[in-house]
Amino acid sequence: MSAPILETRGLCKSFGALQVAREIDFRLERGARHALIGPNGAGKTTLVNLLTGVLRPSEGSVLLEGEDLTRLPQAKRVKRGIARTFQINQLFRGLSVLENVCIAVAERLGAGGSMLRPAGRRADVIDEAVRLLGTLRLEADAGRRVGELPYGRQRLVEIAIALGLKPRVLLLDEPAAGIPSAESHIILDAIAGLPQEIAVLIIEHDMDLVFRFAGRITVMVSGAIFAEGSPEEIAANRDVRTVYLGSALDA
Amino acid sequence: MDLIGILLGGFAAGMVLFIVSVGLSVTMGLMGFVNLAHGGFAMLGGYAIVLAMKHWGLPFFGALAVGFAAVAALSVLLERLLYARLYRATELDQVLFTIGLVFVMIAAVTLAVGPETQTLVLPQWLRGQTDLGIIKYRTYSVAVIVAGTALVLALWLGFERTRYGARIRAAVDNRRMAQSLGVDVGRLFTATFALGSGLAAVGGGLGAEILGLDPQYPLRYLVYFLIVVAVGGLGRVSGVFCAALLIGVLDFVFKIHFPKGGTLFIYALTLALLLWRPQGLFGRRGA
Amino acid sequence: MTAARRLAERHHLRWWEALPWLAAAGAFFAFPNYLAFGTQLVITILFALSLDLVLGYAGIITLGHAAFFGAGAYTVGMLAQHAGWTEPLSGLLAAAAVAGAIGLASGFVLLRTHGLTLLMLTLCTMALLEEGANMASALTGGFDGMPGLQFAPLLGVFAFDPLYFRSQYVYSLVVLFACFALVRMLVHSSFGQSLTGIRENVLRMHAVGAPVRARLVLAYAISAALAGVAGALFTQANAFVNLAALGLDRAAGVLIVLILGGYGRLYGAFVGATVYFVLEHALAKAYPTAWQLGVGLVLIGVALFARNGILGLIQKPQ
Repeated sequence: MSAPILETRGLCKSFGALQVAREIDFRLERGARHALIGPNGAGKTTLVNLLTGVLRPSEGSVLLEGEDLTRLPQAKRVKRGIARTFQINQLFRGLSVLENVCIAVAERLGAGGSMLRPAGRRADVIDEAVRLLGTLRLEADAGRRVGELPYGRQRLVEIAIALGLKPRVLLLDEPAAGIPSAESHIILDAIAGLPQEIAVLIIEHDMDLVFRFAGRITVMVSGAIFAEGSPEEIAANRDVRTVYLGSALDA
Repeated sequence: MDLIGILLGGFAAGMVLFIVSVGLSVTMGLMGFVNLAHGGFAMLGGYAIVLAMKHWGLPFFGALAVGFAAVAALSVLLERLLYARLYRATELDQVLFTIGLVFVMIAAVTLAVGPETQTLVLPQWLRGQTDLGIIKYRTYSVAVIVAGTALVLALWLGFERTRYGARIRAAVDNRRMAQSLGVDVGRLFTATFALGSGLAAVGGGLGAEILGLDPQYPLRYLVYFLIVVAVGGLGRVSGVFCAALLIGVLDFVFKIHFPKGGTLFIYALTLALLLWRPQGLFGRRGA
Repeated sequence: MTAARRLAERHHLRWWEALPWLAAAGAFFAFPNYLAFGTQLVITILFALSLDLVLGYAGIITLGHAAFFGAGAYTVGMLAQHAGWTEPLSGLLAAAAVAGAIGLASGFVLLRTHGLTLLMLTLCTMALLEEGANMASALTGGFDGMPGLQFAPLLGVFAFDPLYFRSQYVYSLVVLFACFALVRMLVHSSFGQSLTGIRENVLRMHAVGAPVRARLVLAYAISAALAGVAGALFTQANAFVNLAALGLDRAAGVLIVLILGGYGRLYGAFVGATVYFVLEHALAKAYPTAWQLGVGLVLIGVALFARNGILGLIQKPQ
């Protein structure tokens, strides 16, 4: 089996007496389409926060292609190739869609600190941002203020920003959250169109999306990994059903 | 002046700082609102008290009650009409609003009364000196210390033992959680704001002989009130108490022994402390 | 115009950007008796511009920016008084260096905090410097400051005129122009964009790999240096400096001026300072208390209804 691109070893996190992550040994393969599911409060977002560096673990380590990232802060991990989207949009609401993506691309290209050249002259940044918007069918909204967009399209901008970072690993935290089911296909299409080379981990409650998208599923309960396997294995797993899926799949 | 005398002098000043600042600490901890006009309420109260005694001949406690009630009422009016609109606003807007408010307060007082310093005419039983056994000390200062101690005990009892206090503590710790548990945070805040401003008013009047009282009072002491609140930790009565006493004593000591270096040391100490512990001595991390 | 074109052309000069400078140049000839007033105005614009960089663009709320104004003002004053260093241009550079260094050091330490704690610490730092200046009276003249300073003629030719302020006006205007060009360049650069990003959503900036604190400290230091230049101009133009350069009054004053004009809009400093100065000149001398009342009411009004100042009322959202 090839080495995973992202993995954790014995990852633990406690807030005082509250343990939110217990001994997590998680592996994300290259080019994976991996889903992370579990009841509310299972610790899924916590795991993403630990992977991205928003939280420091109490114990254990996070490794990217074998490199120990555990000591690195969030911004440095982004530079190593880990990007994420947030469960609740974290966008620059007052800026245009294009500007939002340009900021991300500029940071990746190392232009963010450049003081002398006007941002407008950086054709490399602007052109790439425009192209990225094209792949997500956002070109029409490029000039609009993000705050004015319908929520579903804002969610797309969230993904666009993450893609602008050209990550090796992409962590999507409930990308379809808050989107009416009539619009959720927008997100589905976007996820389906993600470049094959990127390893994608997606936290989701929408089982439709999970089973359509995932090549592998991890189930978390109470801060620990409860079960792991292919979609068929998980769907057939009685304990998983009991703990989480309930009767939804029986229907 | 020997040690006891210094401590008493410092404690008296600290008590005044405490009485004025405790309201600020609780409201900032409760609502996260940067109220730079808090000193203005203290000043208004001070003027109300001093003038009530001078012009209306009210007795001492009567004047204190009038000061408390008048300023508390004013603060409720301002809170409902103006402050409440800015709870969700950016910090900058809150800063601007409260600076504007304090300018209005200062100008109003200057226009109505004049720019001179006001003196508190002490009632007979507060004048002179009291024999405390070990030392004879200014009665007024002793009274202030007693008042401050009584207040901190009353507040402590209030916070720990009453339901109102429990609600405040809950809301300071976690506002959303408190709301979802049915606490009416809006009403809670109005009541607490009124109490805090009323206390500031009493502090402004009571402390008129220690901190002085003139229209520039709110801006002159702004940094001190903020230091006491920040060093103590937002929303912590015990924290404000300790910080106020500490600052009071330090300031008093320096005025006597290092008149030139004193305040500088306090600022430097505050800087160092807040950099080491941004939440203050007693505050909660990540609030 | 496509969004990309608009973004690419955002830094282009617009025709109306020449207006403030033409007006300022015209004022030299049209109002020869008001050049002292004009000089103070220009200095205030520069000071407000420096604050805009840190407040309007980086989103750092500070009530202590006068610390850097004062640092620059006193640097030039002390150099002139004690070291006989009276050459103005090099004095400016020295002031910028000192103020910038203090900005760098204090920014590095203070910008670990945010919100109320940061606001408090900026106040504390300024109060610290003010007390320090008060105490070191041998160097700084203490409470009375340093009156009657002498400065060498600019470029060896243009002497500072204590009566009509002719040289001072042109000098300050040219310095303002140079500093404005610098700020304009910064604001339109990718660095400036990233500051806007930090202001709008700092969480997001971390999540795109931006070295947030480094950027903030850098912006703070540059802003401090510019404020120091304004302070230096103040001392040179007025031939004195005292503690008023360092106090809460000055810090609050520049904040009011910037908010009045509109922060985060480059020209807010110009508009706010001009409107404030003109009104103050007309009203404050006669009715100082009523003036303070009026300013307070305007501030309350702005905070409640017109957060983006005069420019915000005129322009579309940025």
